[in-house]
Amino acid sequence: MPDPTLARPHDPPRDGPLRYAHDPSRLLLDIRNLEVRFNTPEGVVYAVNDISYGIHEGEVIAIVGESGCGKSVSMMSILGLIPKPPGEIAGGTATFMGRDLLTLPESDLEQVRGIEIAMVFQDSMTSLNPVLTISRQMTESLRRHYNMTDEQATARAIELLELVGIPDAERRMSDYPHQFSGGMRQRVMIAMMLACNPSLLIADEPTTALDVTIQAQIVELVSRMRERLGMALIWITHDLGVVAGLAERVIVMYAGMIVEEADVDSLFDNPHHPYTMALLAALPRVDRRRDNRLNSIPGSPPNLLNKPRGCPFAPRCIYTIDRCRSERPPLIPLSPTQRTACWVTTSDDFKYERRQDSGYESQSAGTYE
Amino acid sequence: MKDDKIRDMNLKALAPMSDITPSNGHEPLVRVIDLKKHFPIRKGLIIRHTTGHVRAVDGINFEIARGETLGMVGESGCGKSTAGRTLLGLYPATGGETHIAGYHVQEATGDEWMAIRRQAQMIFQDPFSSLNPRWTVNAIIGEPLRVHRIIEDEAARTERVKELMALVGLDPRFINRFPHEFSGGQRQRVGIARALASEPIFLVCDEPISALDVSIQAQVINLLEDLQRQLGLTYLFIAHDLSMVRHICDRVAVMYLGIIVEMADKDDLYEKPQHPYTQALLSAVPVPDPKVARHRKRIVLEGDVPSPINPPSGCRFHTRCPIAQPHCATHVPEWREITPGHWVACHEVEPKFRP
Repeated sequence: MPDPTLARPHDPPRDGPLRYAHDPSRLLLDIRNLEVRFNTPEGVVYAVNDISYGIHEGEVIAIVGESGCGKSVSMMSILGLIPKPPGEIAGGTATFMGRDLLTLPESDLEQVRGIEIAMVFQDSMTSLNPVLTISRQMTESLRRHYNMTDEQATARAIELLELVGIPDAERRMSDYPHQFSGGMRQRVMIAMMLACNPSLLIADEPTTALDVTIQAQIVELVSRMRERLGMALIWITHDLGVVAGLAERVIVMYAGMIVEEADVDSLFDNPHHPYTMALLAALPRVDRRRDNRLNSIPGSPPNLLNKPRGCPFAPRCIYTIDRCRSERPPLIPLSPTQRTACWVTTSDDFKYERRQDSGYESQSAGTYE
Repeated sequence: MKDDKIRDMNLKALAPMSDITPSNGHEPLVRVIDLKKHFPIRKGLIIRHTTGHVRAVDGINFEIARGETLGMVGESGCGKSTAGRTLLGLYPATGGETHIAGYHVQEATGDEWMAIRRQAQMIFQDPFSSLNPRWTVNAIIGEPLRVHRIIEDEAARTERVKELMALVGLDPRFINRFPHEFSGGQRQRVGIARALASEPIFLVCDEPISALDVSIQAQVINLLEDLQRQLGLTYLFIAHDLSMVRHICDRVAVMYLGIIVEMADKDDLYEKPQHPYTQALLSAVPVPDPKVARHRKRIVLEGDVPSPINPPSGCRFHTRCPIAQPHCATHVPEWREITPGHWVACHEVEPKFRP
């Protein structure tokens, strides 16, 4: 829990959302102090540890992090999509249009999932039923949620497939998922999600398995659909490149915690969490000549079987001080649009210098992992 | 003794080679000449008959100089991985030939074959499925030493395995651990140590980092660079991450549907791409900088890669090409050197190239 005494005079109120270009009164989803655990035979996995953030109507945010950082689990848990047990929501609230999703009965949650919040997953092959035609899968939700007749539902489904750019949509309705390419399947998934005109679309690594050319198509499609239908978008990814071109605001997660949250320009120009800095310095650029070795981050992400004491990044961080190991830093506001969970870099006398000077020297081959 | 023999064979075979001069001016270590790999499509339950061929690699030519890193990029299904395996002789070639350090890979047998296997190694994409889960790291890394009879004494072999582990940044104390006890990045290091055990001179790295997290990717890339410098290795680096390819490679070849459409020094290729496919591919790569990303012009290609069973006539890219002309569907573009070291196969690069 953040210590209220840490608040500085210029801090925005801790219990309110940060100020962004979006009208704060139009907060669509408000997650507070969410904690998710998995009780496994090896022990308790602390997957999501006290995270809070919100998304406004029509806003695009990205949640960035590496595998196992809790970025997908946090989203799936608020939609009731994690198996319980072993999963367990140990605390927090997730207010969506005035209702707490975490306490909603399953039948109501099903309505929310189908109509208000839609989710597109990474693996379109496993998200579609391989033994049912696209027609059957697309019309089911239309008939179910909107009481459409078969003809109406089919007509609407064809319209949606055309909208997402599937050529020859009418004929392809009778095809099975395996007859589509990866990019086309992802388009079908998006068409299915749009069927109900949701106010929030959650895209969980939707382009990770795709080639860059197809990824560009999908990113463009989702942006276009979002603008057209005015929905909010949460894009979960590990790819900072996609984030730069798509998101208005970025949340960086590490070991089940939010370590930094900022508008997209501040995050890339003026990152303050050492993990964000290191991630950016580890990326080569396609549009620039090579200037140096990549800056690598030594070690690997922590095992979430142990609830981290202190800052989870401390063992891999070059700025670590004693306090980092004993006390978990809260998200400290740096500006109205940026919050960073770090004891060191948020102090007034810390100065970030870009790239080679970020201090992340590459690990030499002789250093043990 | 054995080493001397191999070295002699190398020297004998390294005659002056072809018209394509690799960028750094050194003699080529690897030569690939019109290499083809077609996979038959068989149908029928009792009477099996071949109904067609997947033309995964359909005539590629390139050379790699000693100490050079050649990148090979393209979308999934373009044949880049098949090319890597076929040129090593892991798949029998349908046509064409490869020469590695002077050995003719497709004709080698017996001692020569073993010498190629020893000198040319592969690093695989998936560090989870490419290591035997029931073997200790000692057995995995030591296997090439045993197979090639490099070190026959078991205690001495264990010592060498420890050295190799240290070389790739793994703690030698973990020598008796099993693959599942390591993280993804560490497992990739085990795979690299195994590849290095037989002291190869040429490594095919097939998507070596795409299964790893960003923070681990940089570790493995830096390791590969350090090893190249220390051991004088030559790499064929197959990847779909165009940013990483620009970072690590000297030259880059772009593949589309089984053929190479453009090849050049990396900065030349990334700054002055000539083939419309290369241009589209590069424009689709996201840039981790919001200000640049906002103003980047994307060339969005329509549709997916056509089937390699029946590749399009003429230029294979004409069905998706934004500047395709009628003659592109009828005439196969010639492979031309437009500036020194910059090769491209496209009719539309210059008006005089049109048929």
